[in-house]
Amino acid sequence: MFRNQYDTDVTTWSPAGRLFQVEYAMEAVKQGSAAIGLRSKTHIVLGCVNKANSELSSHQKKIFKVDDHIGVAIAGLTADGRVLSRYMRNECINYSFTYESPLPVGRLVVQLADKAQVCTQRSWKRPYGVGLLVAGLDESGAHLYYNCPSGNYFEYQAFAIGSRSQAAKTYLERRFENFADSSRDDLVKDALMAIRETLQGETLKSSICTVAVVGVGESFHILDQETVQQMINAFDIVGEQEGPAAEPDAAAGQEAAVDQGGSTGEGAAPMDI
Amino acid sequence: MASKQPENSLLGPEADSQRTLYPNVTGTSVVALKYKDGILMAADMGGSYGSTLRYKNVERMKAIGKHSLLGASGEISDFQEILRYLDDLILYDNMWDDGNSLGPKEVHNYLTRLMYNRRNKFNPLWNSLVLGGIKNGEKYLGTVSMIGVNFEDDHVATGFGNHLARPILRQEWHENLSFEDGVRLLEKCMRVLLYRDRSAINKLQIAKITEEGMTISQPYSLKTYWEFSAFENPTQGAVGSW
Repeated sequence: MFRNQYDTDVTTWSPAGRLFQVEYAMEAVKQGSAAIGLRSKTHIVLGCVNKANSELSSHQKKIFKVDDHIGVAIAGLTADGRVLSRYMRNECINYSFTYESPLPVGRLVVQLADKAQVCTQRSWKRPYGVGLLVAGLDESGAHLYYNCPSGNYFEYQAFAIGSRSQAAKTYLERRFENFADSSRDDLVKDALMAIRETLQGETLKSSICTVAVVGVGESFHILDQETVQQMINAFDIVGEQEGPAAEPDAAAGQEAAVDQGGSTGEGAAPMDI
Repeated sequence: MASKQPENSLLGPEADSQRTLYPNVTGTSVVALKYKDGILMAADMGGSYGSTLRYKNVERMKAIGKHSLLGASGEISDFQEILRYLDDLILYDNMWDDGNSLGPKEVHNYLTRLMYNRRNKFNPLWNSLVLGGIKNGEKYLGTVSMIGVNFEDDHVATGFGNHLARPILRQEWHENLSFEDGVRLLEKCMRVLLYRDRSAINKLQIAKITEEGMTISQPYSLKTYWEFSAFENPTQGAVGSW
């Protein structure tokens, strides 16, 4: 993406009808470490890659429980993600208090999207630099949504965001038609396989990934490291290459800094997809 | 006066005249029970102005959204205000236009918050409410008082209904009452209330809510019997001048 004279201000349109600041915010999502989500009729699994900056530090928290029936995985500026998680938790708890009922995830997602849109139309604000995979249950079943900085949201059967997410997406595209009827454990297995795709040959172990599950009769919770490691071992996928990883993204490290050596400058704006 | 309040504020000396101190036009008991297909609710059509039975065509039960039925006793104008609040609530719920809708449990809890918050401001909505409904096969029946006391039960009543109707219901209610048995039971309760509650009138409606929706009967009256021998010559044998 090249710098130009229309990209300083989020409230400045380009002659081609684009808001570059918003597109740059979407770039920040692509730089973050990968997060994936997939759902069946009754369960949703979220997974993410957790790389610590150095051996001395702990890794960043990228999956947040929002309520018993809703959880979110983020990619991009984790600080922005934390703030939005706090907003979501607040909305859920206020709704629960007034109506003694869980907030339908579809409504929360719309509120989140409207909040993101505000930041694309105020000269004194900037768009949130984080993409959210929102997993939740409501009356009509299990749902997985993707909220992006542009203020758009989409519902998915399975999706992946962040760096090297294309590899995971390719894997999920091959398998997604079976997900609706998958058992909970098969779903987790598929999530781990998808995470492995983003690791480009690196060994998958529970210390570098996080997996969370929510489903009918199962509150949102993050699986502990032992359970995850057992599942990795049980499914015998350590070191196994199931297929060549897709072409590596031009993206560099895991930091959320906006990188200039990125993807398309022409074509449809990402938020229009 | 040091500070000036806006005219519609509830603070300051001018505001006291605007707070609810006592009710003016009131409805009497509401009785409701769960039956096989949903909820049955009964209320008479009277609006009393103090001790005068002034209004005889007041509908004290209304449908809320697709799944709920609200009955109220107490101040009629406050009931109308509550209906306005719920109108807005249901409207916004419908405007989402997604697969979700507020069920009776949600409406009941919303009303609890409403009543309790008004009570905390010393400006209550002077009503006792009965909220019943059925959603996805689950029946729900609850009540909220003007001070925010709320609970659910298989049968509920307001006002005099608590003292006269609930004992009958405790004896004779059981799970999976048929529609006819439910109506018979409610009529038995309403008859006792008619005999003994001076604010009751002999013109009532029975409302039913099931998965299909809400229907409310045309107003009708109960058969009463006044020829008990004990009531003939009531003053015979009475001593004294009062």
